[in-house]
Amino acid sequence: MGLNLRDASFEGWRRENGRMGVRNHVIILPVDDLSNAAAEAVANNIKGALAIPHAYGRLQFGADLDLHFRTLIGTGTNPNVAGVIVIGIEPGWTGKIVEGIAKSGKPVEGFAIEQNGDISTIASASRAAYRLVKHASKLKKSKAPLVELWVSTKCGESDTTSGLASCPTVGNSYDKLWANGNTLVFGETTELTGGEHLVAARCKTPEIRTQFMAMFDRYQRVVEANKTSDLSDSQPTKGNIEGGLTTIEEKALGNITKIGKKCTVDGVLDKAEVPTHSGLWFMDSSSAAAEMVTLCAASGFAVHTFPTGQGNVIGNPILPVIKLTANPRTQRTMSEHIDVDVTGLLQKQMNMDEAGEALLDCILRTADGELTAAELLGHREFSLTRLYESA
Amino acid sequence: MQIHFVVHDEGDSVGVVVVEGLKAGTRLNGWIMDQDKMMEFDSKSDIPIGHKLAIRSIAKGDTIMKYGTDIGRAVADIGAGEHLHVHNVKTKRW
Repeated sequence: MGLNLRDASFEGWRRENGRMGVRNHVIILPVDDLSNAAAEAVANNIKGALAIPHAYGRLQFGADLDLHFRTLIGTGTNPNVAGVIVIGIEPGWTGKIVEGIAKSGKPVEGFAIEQNGDISTIASASRAAYRLVKHASKLKKSKAPLVELWVSTKCGESDTTSGLASCPTVGNSYDKLWANGNTLVFGETTELTGGEHLVAARCKTPEIRTQFMAMFDRYQRVVEANKTSDLSDSQPTKGNIEGGLTTIEEKALGNITKIGKKCTVDGVLDKAEVPTHSGLWFMDSSSAAAEMVTLCAASGFAVHTFPTGQGNVIGNPILPVIKLTANPRTQRTMSEHIDVDVTGLLQKQMNMDEAGEALLDCILRTADGELTAAELLGHREFSLTRLYESA
Repeated sequence: MQIHFVVHDEGDSVGVVVVEGLKAGTRLNGWIMDQDKMMEFDSKSDIPIGHKLAIRSIAKGDTIMKYGTDIGRAVADIGAGEHLHVHNVKTKRW
């Protein structure tokens, strides 16, 4: 073996802001739940346009509204997106999102439904989508070194095999990508419970450690204030327990192996915040798969690695999600969802370096355009994180 | 040789079953990953894939070690080779 990461490259699309993307989506992005129908109609009219419906965007306020804007603007700005049509019920918030995405230099147009109605809005937005898809289809791919690929991780439907093998496989690849100078992220704040000291010890500076612990402690207070039992009935999840995970500490220790053995935590991010330099970032985030992956996409990550034990089926509209498992039952019963089979690790038929390289190879193939299982199966989960009730 | 269960660290209290349909009374091959050592053991329970067996005798109140780290406490006595899960182990957090 011996993939030389310094010489590794991929072919993707160089965006106006300099970032490299590995997909070339034109997205129809609703500002709010009311605009989903129009967005879906536009995507239905224009082949190659992708609607990203969601449940929120009305009567939100304060930090929760800021997060809503940041997530939608980040989604539009993601380098896997070539152009964006924004549709909202009214022009104010629609314009804010258009303006935010336009800062990246990317083509973006906004449409508001009030005083136009769905049918006129759909007609105008469809004409714009037609032009954008035409534009995107003409863009040429170019070659870039692997170091320009931003890679995120989050695991799901974890079981004991996740901590034994599939999460450490991500960790092995993260150690190599980190040494190569890539930009990486992990998160899942509550799923570090019982192992937070291990993450704290990996923080590069005392300042980063203090920021990390403040994020961790804040989330613990949310759990303490709202929990319903000793396990809060949610962590571990019913699926985790079915898979053999007994306590949150056990789940966390498996989860943390995704950050490998060598990487330092080089910075912390708020939800959907964009990294400002290379290295490994911790993002304060939900441990729910679709929410976390949606936030990674909004932060600008281009490929996602997702270890699963019992068989989470998640995908994302714009961020290719690579799934790996070490559980032989999951591999046997759900192989159409798995991109990298690392079951051999548990029978000593494969070592951790080989598994890490198999994943890196899949990351490179995915970056070059090979579709992931989740893309082939049409998984496009897009879940916005909410901080509290609407006004 | 088939590996039936995997242990992270030799100081751990538990191993993870990595084969399907494990029955009580089976002679098991265990692999201790961190030290790369093998061990043999008898299962005392039917244990589903992914679930844990105790690899030492554990008394009620004892700390359970996995990854060389505290993962919770026993709420019942657990014999070596028995199924260890939410019925006899709880978190120390939350």
